[in-house]
Amino acid sequence: MKFIDPHIHMLARTTDDYERMAAAGIVAVIEPAFWLGQPRTNVGSYIDYLSSLVGWERFRAAQFGIRHYCTIGLNSKEANNEALAEQVMEILPRYLVKEGVVAVGEIGYDDQTPAEDRYYRAQLALAVQLGMLVMVHTPHRDKKAGTIRSMEVALEMGMAPGRVVIDHNNEETVQDVLDRGFWAGFTLYPNTKMGNERMVEIVRRYGPERIFVDSSADWGVSDPLAVPRTAQLMLERGIPVDHVAAVCYGNALAAYAQSGQMQAADWEAPIPVDQRTLFEGNSVLRGQVPQVGVAPAAGLPLGELAFK
Amino acid sequence: MTPFSLIRRWLHARLPAEATAWFDGALDGVIRSTSDGDLNLAFGLVPRKLGKADLALTAGELRAAHAARPGWDPELWSVDQAARIALLLATRGDADAFVRRLDLLCATADVAELVALYRGLPLYPWPERHRLRAAEGVRTNMKAVFEAVAHANPYPAEQLPDGAWNQMVLKALFVGSALDPVVGLDGRANPALAQMLCDYAHERWSAGRPVSPELWRCVGPFATGTMIDDLHHVICTGGEAERLAAALALWRSRDPAAANVLQRHASLAAAAAASAVDRRAPRTLA
Repeated sequence: MKFIDPHIHMLARTTDDYERMAAAGIVAVIEPAFWLGQPRTNVGSYIDYLSSLVGWERFRAAQFGIRHYCTIGLNSKEANNEALAEQVMEILPRYLVKEGVVAVGEIGYDDQTPAEDRYYRAQLALAVQLGMLVMVHTPHRDKKAGTIRSMEVALEMGMAPGRVVIDHNNEETVQDVLDRGFWAGFTLYPNTKMGNERMVEIVRRYGPERIFVDSSADWGVSDPLAVPRTAQLMLERGIPVDHVAAVCYGNALAAYAQSGQMQAADWEAPIPVDQRTLFEGNSVLRGQVPQVGVAPAAGLPLGELAFK
Repeated sequence: MTPFSLIRRWLHARLPAEATAWFDGALDGVIRSTSDGDLNLAFGLVPRKLGKADLALTAGELRAAHAARPGWDPELWSVDQAARIALLLATRGDADAFVRRLDLLCATADVAELVALYRGLPLYPWPERHRLRAAEGVRTNMKAVFEAVAHANPYPAEQLPDGAWNQMVLKALFVGSALDPVVGLDGRANPALAQMLCDYAHERWSAGRPVSPELWRCVGPFATGTMIDDLHHVICTGGEAERLAAALALWRSRDPAAANVLQRHASLAAAAAASAVDRRAPRTLA
């Protein structure tokens, strides 16, 4: 079975993760621009970060046979530093139009401050102007109200609901998101937010339409194999295989393929994997035998991939 | 015709009307613009608007390229690369402005943009101002970007000082890039490089790893003393391609010790002499 993880921060992950993800059948990832765990102090570090997303990280993923896409945006936390935010807004357009950038994101609310609202709206306007999709990060606190507000503002700014992904949903928000015609992303964090078991029940109850799962794995406690692991649990619990395929692959592809920047041919008819690029002690592959022209075997049983 | 006019003509001949209109509009915007905002946006939009097909130039077009700018080899260029380079060539201003613009484009580039920007090096005005940029391209971790500088590009041989040139050749071997597509490889061979390459061969031998036969090509003209011993070692222990490459290197050395070694391996010496006459021979060694 093939998987897409449509929300994962690979910059914070190791090559071990890439290897295990490829072996588990993950063919493509989307890395939303977010914050770094601590606030950036100047626009220069933002520029370097965004350049990593479209450059180095894309190259790194390709070495393991995984297609890397990203979303570009000013995140809600750092929108509160208005001096920084103004400068970031100036450089965003040049990144938004680059190859493999599938949406403006992740944007939205954190504390739901006036500054967050201002830059959320400004970026929605940018998405409308550039004809782009939007990925919305919904707030962890005051979640239900924040989610509804995110959708209302997106509509008010002229976005069609079918071109907006509302991420980090839970049992309390899913009905509102589906009723309004938006895409509903579910983040599977170990121990917090959505657990795998709860996710199985959501798919059982709401069906597979416009729902997909992601790991949001980053520098915190998180699981880069959350998508394939949840797929396995769904199959074990009797969710039909085509529903599992939709929720763990097809729907994310359908949502983001609207960007024109992501299509199944990217991994179904790929250029050969080339891991030969060694660089003076600073390579991702240090002294290992490079794999040339052979993608890692997909579909390894997950039991063999579990943390040993 | 200038390279800029040639690129424009090639793209006009290949792109559908809608794409051509966008490209011409973007070029006009860049030419008339007083800031780099138009350039930066158009530069990013190129693949979305024009696609990424191979440029697939005809033999006549390639001849025109060489006539417009000796050494320019756009045979493997794609539509998006050519268009991006044309956009940059359309900008106005002095050398400082151009260097700043190129720096910022590189600083904010994705992988494909970096490849285009480095492939364009031989066409940029004020060539002596881009040496640090070329050296930075050589420093990359991304092989495709490295090869945009090192392969089919006359700029490094024309502009890089010996130190940077030698690093580029050594790094090509280090990352498993072929040396044959490096423009001016034989002309820029030098004694320091020959010594670096022999030291590198020793490192590889110590680690029990193979040594590319291409390595000896830059050693030959300066082979003397222990380098002759190294070449003799290859002749005694190497595979077929390595032995021929070592013999060719010895054949090119002016040290009488080299001729002595060759005398002991008559059939190899004859093969080396024959392939040295055939200028395409090194390609078959790659």
